Amino acid sequence: MANKLKAEHIELDEIDRHLINRLQDGLPLVSTPFETIAAELGVTQKDVCDRIERLLAARILTRFGPFYDAAAMGGAFCLCAMAVPEQSFERVTEIVNSHIEVAHNYARDHVLNMWFVMATESAEQIEAVARKIESETGLSVLLFPKLEEYFVGFRVAA
Amino acid sequence: MTRIDAFDRKLIEATQAGLPLVPSPFAVLAEEVGSTEEHVLSRFKALQMQGVLRRIAAAPNHYALGMSANGMTVWDVDDDQVSQLGAKIGALSFVTHCYLRPRARPAWPYNLFAMVHGATRDEVESKRAEISVLLGDACRASDILYSTRILKKTGLRISTGGS
Repeated sequence: MANKLKAEHIELDEIDRHLINRLQDGLPLVSTPFETIAAELGVTQKDVCDRIERLLAARILTRFGPFYDAAAMGGAFCLCAMAVPEQSFERVTEIVNSHIEVAHNYARDHVLNMWFVMATESAEQIEAVARKIESETGLSVLLFPKLEEYFVGFRVAA
Repeated sequence: MTRIDAFDRKLIEATQAGLPLVPSPFAVLAEEVGSTEEHVLSRFKALQMQGVLRRIAAAPNHYALGMSANGMTVWDVDDDQVSQLGAKIGALSFVTHCYLRPRARPAWPYNLFAMVHGATRDEVESKRAEISVLLGDACRASDILYSTRILKKTGLRISTGGS
């Protein structure tokens, strides 16, 4: 898992950097979505595609494609947190990660030291999986569903 | 809650791993799902209108681009002002995600969560200070949680075949 997350060191030229910045803005829903970007960068559409492929292979980009709001599709999401004693951290990590509903899990430096996101088809399932993790670990799972999202979008300058 | 019909679900499943990297990706996708480019584009536009599709874009690897520090900043903000202030925080260029969530007192008094990325922890701290200034007196307490380890990271997937 650690290796999968690790980026390779590749040289990024000016065009790559510009491409990474532009791709975060989103592409138009048209037959040739790379056309505008290619013209801006002075390269062919095929070259844009090849560069994206190379950036994905090197894990400079983690994903390219449509970004969906899973909640809008009828699924449920919830941020969850647990206070896990240090001596049982590895065991609890294994139990939590074994649930396919757990998508991301991060260790954080706080009394609540394990934070994960659950994705299920319904809100009831979130509750059910949380109770299951509680019975398996003997620890409480706090649920922090989103009530409102202040979404603008984000860019990392490359 | 939005209903996703069988065709939309097929489109979503076919593109969860990404979009074909060719000059006409929607034509390739249409062939894959047994439809036309025109229909695929019109469904995507409809999904975007419904808020199911956010955008066609790339997700950069923050770590690879030198943004290796990330802190989850959390704030106990006055309930009457949190929506208006949350919108301001969400608009900051260095905030990736900003959410209102329920408190879990006494363990957790915070209701506003803002993820902040930076090259170093110092940079993250100075950005946190900027948020603090914006929140002013409406904020009673705050904290920051740095991630120390990624324990699991898989893409969010909708189940196949279900409804």
